Amino acid sequence: MDPALAADARRERRFFLSLSLPALVIVGSAAILPILWIVRQSFLTTAGEYSVGNYEKVLSSGLTWSALLTTLELSIGTLAVCMLLGLPLALALASARPRVANLLMAFIMLPLWTSILVRTYGWLVLLRRDGLVNAVLTGSGLTTEPLPLVYNFTGTLIGMVHYMLPLFVLPVYAAMRDIDPNLTRAAASMGAGLGLAIRTVILPLSAGGIVSGSMIVFIYTLGFFITPAVLGGGKVNPISIRIERTLSTFQDWGAASVLGLLLLVLLALVGVTFWAARLLLTQNKLGVAHA
Amino acid sequence: MLDAYPENRLALALLWAFSALVLAFLILPTIVVVPLSFSASDLLEFPPRAYSLRWYENFFGSATWMAALRTSITLGTLTALIAVPSALLACISMNRLGGKTAVTLQGILLTPSVTPGILLAIGLFIVLAVQHLVGTLFGVLVGHVVLAIPVACIVLLPALARFDWNQVQAARSLGASWARAIGGIIVPQLRISLLSAILMAFLTSLDESVISIFVASGQNSTLPKLMFLSLRDQIDPTIAAISTLWTAIVVIVVLFVTLRQKS
Repeated sequence: MDPALAADARRERRFFLSLSLPALVIVGSAAILPILWIVRQSFLTTAGEYSVGNYEKVLSSGLTWSALLTTLELSIGTLAVCMLLGLPLALALASARPRVANLLMAFIMLPLWTSILVRTYGWLVLLRRDGLVNAVLTGSGLTTEPLPLVYNFTGTLIGMVHYMLPLFVLPVYAAMRDIDPNLTRAAASMGAGLGLAIRTVILPLSAGGIVSGSMIVFIYTLGFFITPAVLGGGKVNPISIRIERTLSTFQDWGAASVLGLLLLVLLALVGVTFWAARLLLTQNKLGVAHA
Repeated sequence: MLDAYPENRLALALLWAFSALVLAFLILPTIVVVPLSFSASDLLEFPPRAYSLRWYENFFGSATWMAALRTSITLGTLTALIAVPSALLACISMNRLGGKTAVTLQGILLTPSVTPGILLAIGLFIVLAVQHLVGTLFGVLVGHVVLAIPVACIVLLPALARFDWNQVQAARSLGASWARAIGGIIVPQLRISLLSAILMAFLTSLDESVISIFVASGQNSTLPKLMFLSLRDQIDPTIAAISTLWTAIVVIVVLFVTLRQKS
């Protein structure tokens, strides 16, 4: 290439790179720097000296491990219920006519766009001791006593499932919608019943969407704060709540930072797991293609 | 997709009945607050025995709620004004550079959207505390802009991919400066996507609660922070009124964005 042209091209590249600068500076200073700061803070004692004391303190505390357990229980529980409710819903939507499906999508998009505080308030109203759900349950004679549905694990799980379900259904629905309907027709014509067709055709072909949806559920729920703080009523204490308490009640920045990093490690583990799952999926697909 | 199984009527009916219940579960908490917001009673009785607008009067008549509303609207506006232009420039840069550079840039700029809010919140809290900026509008604003940039990028990147870059090159070869080419050609052609990005960035800020809870305080408490605090203390029906107004605004904005995108 002509050296003058090459210099021109380099100058243009530099110019385009410089256009990202404002966004990079903002994200760098307000997201990446704070996370690095957490790493630094985790090694600082309250006196300002470097030590691993914060790690010893946090990792030897039973509260940390019970918080870790609660976090995992909430995440896995949310994923399990999302699958139970979301897979049939996605299947129904994918088998509906496009017009009907688009109309029903409004039911999924509305909560997705509603503030989490509005939704949490709604659940508080519904699940209280004298709330609507208990009124219906006792009124219909299903239970004699009002059930404890909120300010505990159950209430927190309901709130979290409600938050995550639209985000789980969207990728699953997209994957199911893309399945060639001729494949289920072929399965039917060769004698596969509905259950067998779902198990051997629809679910394997939508595995990509299910993996994406599950990953989204984990990424969001591991750090969930508002729902356990309001619907847990102080009895449900995942890592996020411990972080807040350590920071605002005990003013212990170092310990809060260690807990934050624990969350980050958990997130990285989940990321690696799903990455491996996706890799396995694509290999399987190649295997099928070769067979 | 299940049309190959017309004889499994019962199974399909069950599938639809189940799905209908799940859809009801999804919209129930949003719907239930609407009648409560018009209740005349302090109790959260359902259905309300008498109706009134007292909770709306309570909201609009309260200096604390109004201050929070003003803070939230100011923050949302500033967030959109800062996040959308910087996201547009970054998207142009990713669009033009392509390849590994674009992937790296996208990875960095989308980090905030996959980082748990609580982590960003404590990081920002500690950094701001060191600079004595906790409780300032600036602190919350920075946090909101960081969250709004990925949202704006997700709207603008596909729009730019459809944009014909030859127009900019033509303008440039005729002597237009970069600022003129971006402002005079890209911005007008992407105006619908830019409007969507502005609305989404505004909503992202309006809806953000975790960073506000940690970083905002006193005069600069946002609406979500105040709602969170009063939800923790007692169940105030004023929140039903706020929730109803909020949902109405969100429905209007989302309808606007989706209808404009379709047309």
